[in-house]
Amino acid sequence: MFDAEKWGLVWTHRQTFIDGTISTLLMALFGLALAMVIGVVIGLMATSHTKPLRVIARVYVETIQNTPVMLQALFLFYAVTFSGVKGFSALICGIIALGIYHGAYISEVIRTGIQSVPVGQSEAAYSQGFGQIATMWYIILPQTIKIILPPMVNQVVNLIKNTSCMFLAGGAVDLISRTNAFAVGEGTGSAAGQCYIIGGIIFFAICFPLSMLASHWEKRLKARDTVSVPVQKKADDITDAELDMIISGSGEGGEH
Amino acid sequence: MEELMGSLRMISNGNVLLYILKGVGFTLGIAFFAVVLGIIVGTVLALARNYCTKGWTKVFKYIATAYIEVFRNTPLMLWIFIGLVFFPSIEFPQDVSKFFGLSRTELAVLFKAIIALVLFTSSVIAEIVRGGLNSIPKGQFEAAYSQGFNFFQTLWLIVLPQTFRNIVPTLLSQVITTVKDTSYIANIATAELMGRTFQLIQISPNFTGLSTQNVSDVFVLCGLACVIYFVINFTLSCVVRHMQKPKKKTAVVAVTE
Repeated sequence: MFDAEKWGLVWTHRQTFIDGTISTLLMALFGLALAMVIGVVIGLMATSHTKPLRVIARVYVETIQNTPVMLQALFLFYAVTFSGVKGFSALICGIIALGIYHGAYISEVIRTGIQSVPVGQSEAAYSQGFGQIATMWYIILPQTIKIILPPMVNQVVNLIKNTSCMFLAGGAVDLISRTNAFAVGEGTGSAAGQCYIIGGIIFFAICFPLSMLASHWEKRLKARDTVSVPVQKKADDITDAELDMIISGSGEGGEH
Repeated sequence: MEELMGSLRMISNGNVLLYILKGVGFTLGIAFFAVVLGIIVGTVLALARNYCTKGWTKVFKYIATAYIEVFRNTPLMLWIFIGLVFFPSIEFPQDVSKFFGLSRTELAVLFKAIIALVLFTSSVIAEIVRGGLNSIPKGQFEAAYSQGFNFFQTLWLIVLPQTFRNIVPTLLSQVITTVKDTSYIANIATAELMGRTFQLIQISPNFTGLSTQNVSDVFVLCGLACVIYFVINFTLSCVVRHMQKPKKKTAVVAVTE
Protein backbone atom coordinates (compact mmCIF):
# COMPACT_ATOMS: atom_id res chain seq x y z
CA MET A 1 0.00 0.00 0.00
CA PHE A 2 2.86 2.41 0.77
CA ASP A 3 4.97 1.16 -2.10
CA ALA A 4 6.60 4.24 -3.59
CA GLU A 5 7.03 2.56 -6.94
CA LYS A 6 3.29 1.91 -7.34
CA TRP A 7 2.35 5.45 -6.34
CA GLY A 8 4.93 6.57 -8.87
CA LEU A 9 3.15 4.53 -11.52
CA VAL A 10 -0.12 6.29 -10.66
CA TRP A 11 1.67 9.65 -10.82
CA THR A 12 3.08 8.98 -14.29
CA HIS A 13 -0.43 8.14 -15.49
CA ARG A 14 -2.01 11.10 -13.73
CA GLN A 15 -3.45 12.31 -17.02
CA THR A 16 -5.87 9.34 -16.94
CA PHE A 17 -7.39 10.58 -13.71
CA ILE A 18 -7.43 14.22 -14.76
CA ASP A 19 -9.20 13.35 -18.02
CA GLY A 20 -11.62 11.11 -16.16
CA THR A 21 -12.45 13.81 -13.63
CA ILE A 22 -12.98 16.38 -16.36
CA SER A 23 -15.32 14.17 -18.38
CA THR A 24 -17.24 13.12 -15.26
CA LEU A 25 -17.70 16.78 -14.34
CA LEU A 26 -18.64 17.69 -17.91
CA MET A 27 -21.21 14.91 -18.02
CA ALA A 28 -22.57 15.94 -14.63
CA LEU A 29 -22.75 19.63 -15.53
CA PHE A 30 -24.53 19.28 -18.86
CA GLY A 31 -26.62 16.39 -17.55
CA LEU A 32 -27.72 18.58 -14.65
CA ALA A 33 -28.59 21.47 -16.97
CA LEU A 34 -30.77 19.17 -19.09
CA ALA A 35 -32.28 17.56 -15.98
CA MET A 36 -33.18 21.00 -14.60
CA VAL A 37 -34.97 21.99 -17.80
CA ILE A 38 -36.88 18.70 -17.95
CA GLY A 39 -37.53 18.80 -14.20
CA VAL A 40 -39.02 22.30 -14.22
CA VAL A 41 -41.19 21.60 -17.28
CA ILE A 42 -42.49 18.26 -15.98
CA GLY A 43 -42.83 19.60 -12.44
CA LEU A 44 -44.98 22.53 -13.63
CA MET A 45 -47.00 20.16 -15.83
CA ALA A 46 -47.64 17.93 -12.80
CA THR A 47 -49.10 20.86 -10.87
CA SER A 48 -51.07 22.43 -13.71
CA HIS A 49 -54.86 22.59 -13.87
CA THR A 50 -55.05 20.71 -17.19
CA LYS A 51 -55.59 17.01 -16.72
CA PRO A 52 -53.83 15.71 -19.88
CA LEU A 53 -50.66 17.58 -18.86
CA ARG A 54 -50.78 16.03 -15.40
CA VAL A 55 -51.25 12.57 -16.90
CA ILE A 56 -48.28 13.00 -19.25
CA ALA A 57 -46.10 14.16 -16.36
CA ARG A 58 -47.21 11.23 -14.20
CA VAL A 59 -46.51 8.65 -16.92
CA TYR A 60 -43.08 10.15 -17.61
CA VAL A 61 -42.07 10.18 -13.95
CA GLU A 62 -43.32 6.66 -13.22
CA THR A 63 -41.71 5.14 -16.32
CA ILE A 64 -38.32 6.74 -15.75
CA GLN A 65 -38.18 6.29 -11.98
CA ASN A 66 -39.08 2.62 -12.12
CA THR A 67 -36.40 1.51 -14.59
CA PRO A 68 -32.63 1.55 -14.03
CA VAL A 69 -30.56 4.38 -15.55
CA MET A 70 -28.07 1.86 -16.94
CA LEU A 71 -30.79 0.20 -18.99
CA GLN A 72 -32.03 3.58 -20.27
CA ALA A 73 -28.50 4.58 -21.26
CA LEU A 74 -27.90 1.26 -23.01
CA PHE A 75 -31.25 1.49 -24.76
CA LEU A 76 -30.58 5.02 -25.99
CA PHE A 77 -27.03 4.31 -27.11
CA TYR A 78 -27.80 1.12 -29.06
CA ALA A 79 -31.05 2.43 -30.49
CA VAL A 80 -29.23 5.44 -31.94
CA THR A 81 -26.04 3.71 -33.10
CA PHE A 82 -27.85 0.72 -34.65
CA SER A 83 -30.09 3.13 -36.52
CA GLY A 84 -26.99 4.13 -38.40
CA VAL A 85 -26.28 7.51 -36.81
CA LYS A 86 -22.57 8.24 -36.97
CA GLY A 87 -20.65 10.11 -34.28
CA PHE A 88 -23.04 9.59 -31.39
CA SER A 89 -20.46 9.59 -28.61
CA ALA A 90 -20.83 7.90 -25.26
CA LEU A 91 -20.34 11.26 -23.56
CA ILE A 92 -23.34 12.83 -25.32
CA CYS A 93 -25.43 9.73 -24.76
CA GLY A 94 -24.52 9.83 -21.06
CA ILE A 95 -25.54 13.48 -20.79
CA ILE A 96 -28.93 12.81 -22.39
CA ALA A 97 -29.54 9.67 -20.32
CA LEU A 98 -28.65 11.42 -17.06
CA GLY A 99 -30.79 14.41 -18.04
CA ILE A 100 -33.82 12.23 -18.70
CA TYR A 101 -33.36 10.10 -15.59
CA HIS A 102 -32.65 12.83 -13.07
CA GLY A 103 -35.14 15.17 -14.75
CA ALA A 104 -37.85 12.82 -13.48
CA TYR A 105 -36.51 13.01 -9.93
CA ILE A 106 -36.05 16.78 -10.02
CA SER A 107 -39.60 17.21 -11.31
CA GLU A 108 -40.85 15.30 -8.25
CA VAL A 109 -38.81 17.56 -5.98
CA ILE A 110 -40.29 20.64 -7.65
CA ARG A 111 -43.84 19.23 -7.56
CA THR A 112 -43.54 18.47 -3.83
CA GLY A 113 -42.20 21.95 -3.23
CA ILE A 114 -45.00 23.69 -5.11
CA GLN A 115 -47.70 21.56 -3.48
CA SER A 116 -46.32 22.27 0.00
CA VAL A 117 -47.39 25.91 -0.40
CA PRO A 118 -51.00 26.14 0.84
CA VAL A 119 -53.68 26.64 -1.83
CA GLY A 120 -54.81 29.77 0.01
CA GLN A 121 -51.65 31.52 -1.18
CA SER A 122 -52.51 31.24 -4.86
CA GLU A 123 -56.19 31.95 -4.17
CA ALA A 124 -55.18 35.14 -2.37
CA ALA A 125 -52.89 36.07 -5.26
CA TYR A 126 -55.64 35.47 -7.86
CA SER A 127 -58.03 37.59 -5.82
CA GLN A 128 -55.48 40.40 -5.94
CA GLY A 129 -55.43 40.22 -9.73
CA PHE A 130 -52.22 38.22 -10.25
CA GLY A 131 -52.21 36.00 -13.34
CA GLN A 132 -51.25 32.33 -13.22
CA ILE A 133 -47.64 32.95 -14.28
CA ALA A 134 -47.24 35.99 -12.04
CA THR A 135 -48.58 33.99 -9.08
CA MET A 136 -46.08 31.23 -9.77
CA TRP A 137 -43.18 33.65 -10.15
CA TYR A 138 -43.84 36.14 -7.33
CA ILE A 139 -45.77 34.09 -4.75
CA ILE A 140 -45.23 30.35 -5.05
CA LEU A 141 -41.65 29.91 -6.31
CA PRO A 142 -39.94 32.15 -3.73
CA GLN A 143 -41.57 30.09 -0.99
CA THR A 144 -40.63 26.74 -2.54
CA ILE A 145 -36.95 27.45 -3.21
CA LYS A 146 -35.96 26.94 0.41
CA ILE A 147 -37.92 23.71 0.65
CA ILE A 148 -36.57 22.15 -2.52
CA LEU A 149 -32.91 23.09 -2.10
CA PRO A 150 -31.78 20.20 0.16
CA PRO A 151 -33.37 17.37 -1.90
CA MET A 152 -32.15 19.12 -5.05
CA VAL A 153 -28.55 19.05 -3.88
CA ASN A 154 -28.98 15.36 -2.99
CA GLN A 155 -30.08 14.80 -6.57
CA VAL A 156 -26.93 16.51 -7.83
CA VAL A 157 -24.82 14.13 -5.73
CA ASN A 158 -26.72 11.14 -7.13
CA LEU A 159 -26.30 12.48 -10.64
CA ILE A 160 -22.53 12.73 -10.19
CA LYS A 161 -22.45 9.19 -8.83
CA ASN A 162 -24.48 7.94 -11.80
CA THR A 163 -22.03 9.25 -14.41
CA SER A 164 -20.67 5.70 -14.59
CA CYS A 165 -23.85 4.50 -16.33
CA MET A 166 -22.21 4.45 -19.78
CA PHE A 167 -19.60 1.82 -18.94
CA LEU A 168 -21.43 -1.13 -20.48
CA ALA A 169 -22.52 0.46 -23.73
CA GLY A 170 -20.16 3.23 -24.71
CA GLY A 171 -16.87 2.32 -23.07
CA ALA A 172 -14.63 4.15 -20.65
CA VAL A 173 -15.42 7.86 -20.57
CA ASP A 174 -15.99 8.75 -16.94
CA LEU A 175 -13.71 8.66 -13.93
CA ILE A 176 -14.75 5.26 -12.58
CA SER A 177 -14.47 3.51 -15.93
CA ARG A 178 -11.06 5.03 -16.56
CA THR A 179 -9.90 4.11 -13.08
CA ASN A 180 -11.00 0.58 -13.78
CA ALA A 181 -9.30 0.53 -17.17
CA PHE A 182 -6.12 1.60 -15.40
CA ALA A 183 -6.54 -1.05 -12.69
CA VAL A 184 -6.94 -3.94 -15.12
CA GLY A 185 -4.58 -2.47 -17.73
CA GLU A 186 -1.44 -4.17 -18.94
CA GLY A 187 1.58 -2.88 -16.99
CA THR A 188 -0.48 -0.75 -14.63
CA GLY A 189 -2.45 -3.57 -12.97
CA SER A 190 0.02 -3.86 -10.11
CA ALA A 191 -1.09 -0.48 -8.79
CA ALA A 192 -4.81 -1.38 -8.73
CA GLY A 193 -5.24 -0.59 -5.04
CA GLN A 194 -3.59 2.80 -5.34
CA CYS A 195 -5.65 3.86 -8.34
CA TYR A 196 -8.96 2.90 -6.69
CA ILE A 197 -7.95 4.95 -3.65
CA ILE A 198 -7.26 7.96 -5.90
CA GLY A 199 -10.52 7.52 -7.82
CA GLY A 200 -12.47 7.15 -4.61
CA ILE A 201 -10.86 10.21 -3.03
CA ILE A 202 -11.64 12.38 -6.06
CA PHE A 203 -15.29 11.31 -5.96
CA PHE A 204 -15.51 11.81 -2.22
CA ALA A 205 -13.93 15.26 -2.52
CA ILE A 206 -16.60 16.28 -5.05
CA CYS A 207 -19.65 14.72 -3.40
CA PHE A 208 -18.98 15.10 0.33
CA PRO A 209 -19.09 18.95 0.43
CA LEU A 210 -22.37 18.86 -1.50
CA SER A 211 -23.88 16.30 0.90
CA MET A 212 -22.77 18.41 3.86
CA LEU A 213 -24.36 21.48 2.29
CA ALA A 214 -27.63 19.60 1.78
CA SER A 215 -27.84 18.34 5.35
CA HIS A 216 -26.85 21.77 6.68
CA TRP A 217 -29.72 23.42 4.80
CA GLU A 218 -32.07 20.68 5.88
CA LYS A 219 -31.22 21.19 9.55
CA ARG A 220 -31.65 24.94 9.29
CA LEU A 221 -35.01 24.48 7.60
CA LYS A 222 -36.19 22.08 10.31
CA ALA A 223 -35.02 24.43 13.07
CA ARG A 224 -36.92 27.30 11.48
CA ASP A 225 -40.04 25.18 10.98
CA THR A 226 -40.23 24.13 14.61
CA VAL A 227 -40.21 27.81 15.60
CA SER A 228 -42.69 29.20 13.13
CA VAL A 229 -45.15 26.41 12.25
CA PRO A 230 -48.21 26.47 14.51
CA VAL A 231 -48.44 23.19 16.41
CA GLN A 232 -52.21 23.02 16.35
CA LYS A 233 -52.65 21.38 12.97
CA LYS A 234 -55.60 19.12 12.34
CA ALA A 235 -55.21 15.81 10.57
CA ASP A 236 -57.17 16.92 7.52
CA ASP A 237 -55.14 20.09 7.06
CA ILE A 238 -51.95 18.20 6.32
CA THR A 239 -51.37 17.95 2.59
CA ASP A 240 -50.06 14.83 0.92
CA ALA A 241 -46.80 16.58 0.14
CA GLU A 242 -46.25 17.44 3.78
CA LEU A 243 -47.13 13.90 4.72
CA ASP A 244 -44.49 12.61 2.32
CA MET A 245 -41.95 14.84 3.97
CA ILE A 246 -42.93 13.85 7.49
CA ILE A 247 -42.79 10.17 6.74
CA SER A 248 -39.64 10.15 4.68
CA GLY A 249 -37.79 12.57 6.93
CA SER A 250 -37.88 15.14 4.12
CA GLY A 251 -36.08 13.16 1.50
CA GLU A 252 -33.30 11.70 3.63
CA GLY A 253 -31.53 8.63 2.30
CA GLY A 254 -33.15 6.54 -0.42
CA GLU A 255 -33.99 7.90 -3.83
CA HIS A 256 -31.26 7.46 -6.36
CA MET B 1 -40.58 -5.55 -41.04
CA GLU B 2 -38.69 -8.79 -41.48
CA GLU B 3 -36.21 -7.58 -38.88
CA LEU B 4 -38.98 -6.97 -36.38
CA MET B 5 -40.41 -10.44 -37.03
CA GLY B 6 -36.93 -11.85 -36.38
CA SER B 7 -36.69 -9.97 -33.07
CA LEU B 8 -40.11 -11.17 -32.01
CA ARG B 9 -39.15 -14.72 -33.02
CA MET B 10 -36.21 -14.37 -30.66
CA ILE B 11 -38.24 -13.53 -27.57
CA SER B 12 -40.85 -16.17 -28.33
CA ASN B 13 -38.03 -18.72 -28.24
CA GLY B 14 -38.53 -20.77 -25.05
CA ASN B 15 -34.85 -20.92 -24.18
CA VAL B 16 -34.42 -17.16 -24.49
CA LEU B 17 -37.49 -16.55 -22.34
CA LEU B 18 -36.25 -18.97 -19.70
CA TYR B 19 -32.85 -17.24 -19.77
CA ILE B 20 -34.49 -13.86 -19.17
CA LEU B 21 -36.82 -15.26 -16.51
CA LYS B 22 -33.86 -16.67 -14.58
CA GLY B 23 -32.34 -13.20 -14.78
CA VAL B 24 -35.48 -11.77 -13.17
CA GLY B 25 -35.12 -14.36 -10.42
CA PHE B 26 -31.53 -13.30 -9.81
CA THR B 27 -32.50 -9.61 -9.77
CA LEU B 28 -35.22 -10.18 -7.17
CA GLY B 29 -33.11 -12.58 -5.11
CA ILE B 30 -30.06 -10.31 -5.04
CA ALA B 31 -32.14 -7.23 -4.17
CA PHE B 32 -33.93 -9.08 -1.35
CA PHE B 33 -30.67 -10.45 0.03
CA ALA B 34 -28.98 -7.05 -0.14
CA VAL B 35 -31.85 -5.25 1.60
CA VAL B 36 -32.19 -7.83 4.40
CA LEU B 37 -28.45 -7.81 5.14
CA GLY B 38 -28.45 -4.04 4.64
CA ILE B 39 -31.14 -3.60 7.32
CA ILE B 40 -29.10 -5.63 9.82
CA VAL B 41 -25.78 -3.89 9.14
CA GLY B 42 -27.47 -0.51 8.68
CA THR B 43 -29.27 -0.72 12.03
CA VAL B 44 -26.02 -1.51 13.84
CA LEU B 45 -24.33 1.43 12.09
CA ALA B 46 -27.20 3.81 12.86
CA LEU B 47 -27.26 2.82 16.55
CA ALA B 48 -23.50 3.24 16.77
CA ARG B 49 -23.62 6.65 15.12
CA ASN B 50 -26.49 7.88 17.29
CA TYR B 51 -25.84 6.42 20.74
CA CYS B 52 -22.10 5.66 21.11
CA THR B 53 -21.44 9.15 22.41
CA LYS B 54 -19.77 8.62 25.77
CA GLY B 55 -16.11 7.94 26.61
CA TRP B 56 -14.25 5.28 24.66
CA THR B 57 -17.39 4.13 22.81
CA LYS B 58 -17.06 7.29 20.71
CA VAL B 59 -14.64 5.25 18.58
CA PHE B 60 -17.63 3.28 17.24
CA LYS B 61 -19.46 6.49 16.46
CA TYR B 62 -16.52 7.76 14.41
CA ILE B 63 -16.14 4.44 12.58
CA ALA B 64 -19.85 4.28 11.75
CA THR B 65 -19.92 7.92 10.61
CA ALA B 66 -16.87 7.44 8.40
CA TYR B 67 -18.32 4.27 6.89
CA ILE B 68 -21.68 5.89 6.14
CA GLU B 69 -20.22 9.06 4.65
CA VAL B 70 -17.61 7.26 2.54
CA PHE B 71 -20.12 4.86 1.00
CA ARG B 72 -22.79 7.52 0.50
CA ASN B 73 -20.44 9.82 -1.38
CA THR B 74 -18.84 7.32 -3.75
CA PRO B 75 -20.55 5.43 -6.58
CA LEU B 76 -21.64 1.81 -6.31
CA MET B 77 -19.65 1.05 -9.47
CA LEU B 78 -16.40 1.90 -7.69
CA TRP B 79 -17.15 -0.62 -4.94
CA ILE B 80 -18.12 -3.29 -7.41
CA PHE B 81 -14.78 -2.86 -9.18
CA ILE B 82 -12.90 -2.78 -5.89
CA GLY B 83 -14.74 -5.94 -4.87
CA LEU B 84 -13.77 -7.63 -8.11
CA VAL B 85 -10.09 -6.98 -7.48
CA PHE B 86 -9.81 -7.22 -3.69
CA PHE B 87 -12.58 -9.36 -2.20
CA PRO B 88 -11.63 -13.01 -1.63
CA SER B 89 -12.61 -15.50 -4.31
CA ILE B 90 -14.84 -18.08 -2.73
CA GLU B 91 -14.67 -21.58 -4.17
CA PHE B 92 -18.29 -22.64 -4.34
CA PRO B 93 -18.96 -26.39 -4.58
CA GLN B 94 -19.99 -27.73 -7.98
CA ASP B 95 -23.51 -28.50 -6.74
CA VAL B 96 -24.14 -24.92 -5.70
CA SER B 97 -23.02 -23.43 -9.00
CA LYS B 98 -25.08 -26.01 -10.87
CA PHE B 99 -28.11 -25.05 -8.79
CA PHE B 100 -27.74 -21.43 -9.86
CA GLY B 101 -26.98 -22.39 -13.46
CA LEU B 102 -23.68 -20.48 -13.52
CA SER B 103 -20.09 -21.59 -13.83
CA ARG B 104 -18.00 -21.56 -10.66
CA THR B 105 -15.98 -18.53 -11.74
CA GLU B 106 -19.16 -16.64 -12.68
CA LEU B 107 -20.65 -17.40 -9.28
CA ALA B 108 -17.49 -16.24 -7.49
CA VAL B 109 -17.55 -12.93 -9.41
CA LEU B 110 -21.27 -12.51 -8.78
CA PHE B 111 -20.71 -13.10 -5.07
CA LYS B 112 -18.11 -10.31 -4.93
CA ALA B 113 -20.50 -7.91 -6.66
CA ILE B 114 -23.29 -8.80 -4.24
CA ILE B 115 -21.02 -8.12 -1.25
CA ALA B 116 -20.23 -4.69 -2.73
CA LEU B 117 -23.96 -4.04 -3.18
CA VAL B 118 -24.65 -5.06 0.44
CA LEU B 119 -21.92 -2.75 1.76
CA PHE B 120 -23.28 0.13 -0.32
CA THR B 121 -26.95 -0.48 0.52
CA SER B 122 -26.29 -0.78 4.26
CA SER B 123 -24.86 2.76 4.33
CA VAL B 124 -28.05 4.14 2.77
CA ILE B 125 -30.28 2.10 5.07
CA ALA B 126 -28.24 3.27 8.06
CA GLU B 127 -29.27 6.85 7.27
CA ILE B 128 -32.91 5.82 6.88
CA VAL B 129 -32.86 4.04 10.26
CA ARG B 130 -31.16 7.05 11.83
CA GLY B 131 -33.89 9.29 10.48
CA GLY B 132 -36.40 6.96 12.13
CA LEU B 133 -34.50 6.93 15.43
CA ASN B 134 -34.35 10.72 15.49
CA SER B 135 -38.13 10.94 15.03
CA ILE B 136 -38.74 9.06 18.30
CA PRO B 137 -39.43 11.67 21.01
CA LYS B 138 -36.97 11.80 23.91
CA GLY B 139 -39.83 11.25 26.34
CA GLN B 140 -39.97 7.60 25.23
CA PHE B 141 -36.48 7.04 26.61
CA GLU B 142 -37.21 8.95 29.81
CA ALA B 143 -40.45 7.06 30.39
CA ALA B 144 -38.72 3.72 29.81
CA TYR B 145 -35.87 4.60 32.20
CA SER B 146 -38.35 5.69 34.86
CA GLN B 147 -39.95 2.25 34.60
CA GLY B 148 -36.60 0.60 35.31
CA PHE B 149 -35.68 -0.44 31.75
CA ASN B 150 -31.97 -0.34 31.03
CA PHE B 151 -30.57 1.16 27.83
CA PHE B 152 -30.60 -2.01 25.73
CA GLN B 153 -34.08 -3.02 26.88
CA THR B 154 -35.32 0.46 26.00
CA LEU B 155 -33.82 0.20 22.53
CA TRP B 156 -35.04 -3.32 21.84
CA LEU B 157 -38.51 -3.13 23.38
CA ILE B 158 -39.50 0.52 23.06
CA VAL B 159 -37.52 2.49 20.49
CA LEU B 160 -36.64 0.07 17.67
CA PRO B 161 -40.19 -1.32 17.19
CA GLN B 162 -41.54 2.24 16.77
CA THR B 163 -38.63 3.19 14.52
CA PHE B 164 -39.17 0.30 12.15
CA ARG B 165 -42.92 0.85 12.02
CA ASN B 166 -42.27 4.45 10.98
CA ILE B 167 -39.69 3.71 8.32
CA VAL B 168 -41.37 0.79 6.53
CA PRO B 169 -42.48 2.96 3.56
CA THR B 170 -39.01 4.49 3.19
CA LEU B 171 -37.43 1.04 3.39
CA LEU B 172 -39.74 -0.20 0.65
CA SER B 173 -38.70 2.73 -1.56
CA GLN B 174 -35.15 1.64 -0.87
CA VAL B 175 -36.05 -1.83 -2.19
CA ILE B 176 -37.05 -0.14 -5.46
CA THR B 177 -33.70 1.65 -5.57
CA THR B 178 -31.86 -1.58 -4.80
CA VAL B 179 -33.68 -3.46 -7.57
CA LYS B 180 -32.45 -0.75 -9.93
CA ASP B 181 -28.97 -0.82 -8.40
CA THR B 182 -28.60 -4.53 -9.13
CA SER B 183 -28.28 -3.51 -12.78
CA TYR B 184 -24.78 -2.21 -11.99
CA ILE B 185 -23.72 -5.81 -11.41
CA ALA B 186 -24.05 -6.27 -15.18
CA ASN B 187 -20.73 -4.46 -15.52
CA ILE B 188 -18.80 -7.45 -14.24
CA ALA B 189 -21.10 -10.48 -14.21
CA THR B 190 -23.88 -11.89 -16.36
CA ALA B 191 -26.55 -13.18 -14.04
CA GLU B 192 -29.34 -10.69 -13.44
CA LEU B 193 -31.82 -9.15 -15.87
CA MET B 194 -29.66 -6.25 -17.07
CA GLY B 195 -26.59 -8.41 -17.72
CA ARG B 196 -28.62 -11.03 -19.56
CA THR B 197 -30.33 -8.38 -21.71
CA PHE B 198 -26.91 -7.00 -22.65
CA GLN B 199 -25.66 -10.51 -23.40
CA LEU B 200 -28.66 -11.28 -25.63
CA ILE B 201 -28.17 -8.06 -27.63
CA GLN B 202 -24.58 -9.11 -28.33
CA ILE B 203 -25.57 -12.51 -29.71
CA SER B 204 -29.01 -11.69 -31.12
CA PRO B 205 -28.29 -13.00 -34.68
CA ASN B 206 -28.11 -16.53 -33.20
CA PHE B 207 -31.82 -16.35 -32.40
CA THR B 208 -33.36 -14.04 -34.97
CA GLY B 209 -32.37 -16.18 -37.94
CA LEU B 210 -31.00 -13.05 -39.61
CA SER B 211 -27.34 -12.38 -40.29
CA THR B 212 -27.07 -8.95 -38.67
CA GLN B 213 -27.85 -7.23 -35.38
CA ASN B 214 -30.79 -4.92 -35.96
CA VAL B 215 -32.18 -1.92 -34.18
CA SER B 216 -35.43 -3.83 -33.64
CA ASP B 217 -33.52 -6.36 -31.48
CA VAL B 218 -32.48 -3.51 -29.22
CA PHE B 219 -36.01 -2.20 -28.98
CA VAL B 220 -37.55 -5.58 -28.28
CA LEU B 221 -34.97 -6.76 -25.73
CA CYS B 222 -34.48 -3.45 -23.90
CA GLY B 223 -38.22 -2.82 -24.09
CA LEU B 224 -38.95 -6.18 -22.48
CA ALA B 225 -36.40 -5.53 -19.74
CA CYS B 226 -37.90 -2.06 -19.14
CA VAL B 227 -41.39 -3.55 -18.83
CA ILE B 228 -40.19 -6.18 -16.35
CA TYR B 229 -38.37 -3.62 -14.19
CA PHE B 230 -41.39 -1.34 -14.39
CA VAL B 231 -43.84 -4.02 -13.28
CA ILE B 232 -41.67 -4.98 -10.28
CA ASN B 233 -41.00 -1.43 -9.15
CA PHE B 234 -44.40 0.06 -9.90
CA THR B 235 -46.05 -2.67 -7.83
CA LEU B 236 -43.72 -1.84 -4.96
CA SER B 237 -44.34 1.90 -5.25
CA CYS B 238 -48.11 1.30 -5.23
CA VAL B 239 -47.65 -0.65 -1.99
CA VAL B 240 -45.65 2.26 -0.55
CA ARG B 241 -48.37 4.75 -1.46
CA HIS B 242 -51.07 2.50 -0.04
CA MET B 243 -49.18 2.22 3.25
CA GLN B 244 -48.67 5.96 3.57
CA LYS B 245 -52.38 6.79 3.48
CA PRO B 246 -53.67 5.15 6.70
CA LYS B 247 -50.54 6.44 8.44
CA LYS B 248 -52.04 9.92 8.52
CA LYS B 249 -53.19 9.64 12.13
CA THR B 250 -49.86 8.36 13.48
CA ALA B 251 -47.95 11.02 11.63
CA VAL B 252 -50.13 13.73 13.09
CA VAL B 253 -49.52 12.54 16.63
CA ALA B 254 -45.80 12.96 16.00
CA VAL B 255 -46.35 16.48 14.71
CA THR B 256 -48.62 17.76 17.45
CA GLU B 257 -46.40 16.56 20.28
